[in-house]
Amino acid sequence: MSDIGAARSGTVGGTALSWLLRNHIWVFLALTLIVFSLSSPYFLTVNNFGNILTQGAFIGILAVGMTLVMIDGEIDLSVGAVLALASALAIGLQDHMGVLPAILLALLSGAALGFLNGALVAYSGMHSFIVTLGALIGIRGLVFVYTGEDALMVQDFSYTELPEIYLGPISLTAIIFFGLALFFQWVLSSTRHGRETYAVGDNIEAAHDAGINVKRHKIINFTLCGTLAAVCGILLSMRLGTAEPNAGRIWELWTIIAVVLGGTRLQGGFGSMWMTIGGVLTLAVLRNGLRQLNTPNYVELMVMGAVLILALALDKVLNRREAGP
Amino acid sequence: MELTARNILRRHGLVMAFLLFLAVVALNAEAFLTPGNILDVLRQVSITGMMALGVTFVVLTGRLDLSVGSMLTLLTVIVVDQHNVAGPFPAIVMTILAGLAIGAVNGLLVGFAGLNALIVTLAMLSFLQGLVLFYSGGSNVNVANAQDTWFAVFGRGDFLGIPVPVILFLVGAVIAGLILQVTTFGRRIYGVGGNETASIFSGIDARRTVFWAYVISGFTTGVAAVIMGSRVMGAQNTIGQGYELTVLAGVILGGTSLLGGSGSIWRTVVGISMLGFIQNGLLLLGFPYYVQWLVTWAVIIIAVWIDLAAKRGRILA
Repeated sequence: MSDIGAARSGTVGGTALSWLLRNHIWVFLALTLIVFSLSSPYFLTVNNFGNILTQGAFIGILAVGMTLVMIDGEIDLSVGAVLALASALAIGLQDHMGVLPAILLALLSGAALGFLNGALVAYSGMHSFIVTLGALIGIRGLVFVYTGEDALMVQDFSYTELPEIYLGPISLTAIIFFGLALFFQWVLSSTRHGRETYAVGDNIEAAHDAGINVKRHKIINFTLCGTLAAVCGILLSMRLGTAEPNAGRIWELWTIIAVVLGGTRLQGGFGSMWMTIGGVLTLAVLRNGLRQLNTPNYVELMVMGAVLILALALDKVLNRREAGP
Repeated sequence: MELTARNILRRHGLVMAFLLFLAVVALNAEAFLTPGNILDVLRQVSITGMMALGVTFVVLTGRLDLSVGSMLTLLTVIVVDQHNVAGPFPAIVMTILAGLAIGAVNGLLVGFAGLNALIVTLAMLSFLQGLVLFYSGGSNVNVANAQDTWFAVFGRGDFLGIPVPVILFLVGAVIAGLILQVTTFGRRIYGVGGNETASIFSGIDARRTVFWAYVISGFTTGVAAVIMGSRVMGAQNTIGQGYELTVLAGVILGGTSLLGGSGSIWRTVVGISMLGFIQNGLLLLGFPYYVQWLVTWAVIIIAVWIDLAAKRGRILA
């Protein structure tokens, strides 16, 4: 689709414009950066940018997994609940078995639940929206069964210092996010699994006819999504030092917002980690910038709603333009 | 289809499993199947049930409405706050009008602008939650003269021994069912959900049909907010949080297809009541409240899977 757009435009200027229109998230990010820099003296500082990256990284790690699932044409609503379970397990188990085994088991719980979601989607033929909606409700129940309604506190506070590694102003959490995003961008653009992801999302029957094992493929991506949600949960438990049973509630919505804002389409077959990085950063900058301006909480929620609809309308208009004669 | 035991099990397996659940709970908790408790359960499901009636219209067109939870919060805050300012009757009128207006915005964006329903209503969820905080200034609102207002009738009143919210829910269900089964609008809803392209070629204005489905969803959420406000006589800023998921779970559990075109009000009433009885039964058996979430997970997966398996004649896809 992009090649057609570029070929039709012909000139260099046209190509650049076409690129900007297709990657509107970066234009939008630049605009928000300029507006907030002009309106708050505390916004354009190295420290604050470090903060933005760390704040955005949590939703970002979830968004990396969500992007894989969404390019497949599926959705995972259970990431917020998986995050809460992993964070509870990481803190709750470490007193009994040590930090590293607890972290591994927390990761395993995310992978197992992702696998379960994927297997149910692949083998039952149910829509992933239903499967993961059920999981969203049920896994939250699992968290409460494990924590018994009370927040778990970490006993050995050296655990909270684990992620306190900085590369300049960039925290380990942010580095992990960018590392994961770049790695999976490589997977998407340069590996067989990545090509299959686009093929499955674009036309599942054609992909099946072409010899792709669609079921196995979807299970892999759901497992990756669950595992990444667990990574996010573990990092969150390190940052907070507690695991609250309600942690990560409605984070699945913020994650979907970030991915869609970037330009990845819910219908599948189209999207990239670059877009998701753009969406995650824009979301983080908006939230941070609005708080710097001392705006009340509700403005953030209303702006997010409006921006999301704008992004969707813009995508629709551009989509029509490119699909036109 | 032959009336063999296998076919009956296939078609009504879920209902039978549910009856079995009712029997098990009834044997272990004497209070479960008493008229008082049954009315209590129905009273509890009347709010989500009322919302689910409207959401069923939207789901039947093959769309989603995730905004109803936030909408319930906003409308409950409005009805309670306006009750103190303008009196009960104007408050109710304003609440219903606000519900219709929000539904109309959803309908414009999804129906006429053709934007993705999931994202639009997700954006609306966020926007309305912001609007709640803007309207209430972050504080909870309460009905000032809770003891002597006829507004109490919607949530707390009884008529011939039956709670008024239950009557409202059941009357609403009958009206909604008639609209879907008897009127041309109802046929259009099924047509658009079943095959949108075909429906457009048969002269149905699909965009308008989707628009009105969202308006109906806004209306039923408005009525639900009146019941909620009257029952609680106040409203917190998070009172409707997560309701969109419960409502959707009930609709799906009843067997209405998310792809649209297949389902009914009857199924929604069954689905949402099942959720209510499962919740109530587990509590009576002495389980902590969060165990119902685990059971809901299993029930949703099993119910939808059985439904799909029966349709295609095979268990695996």
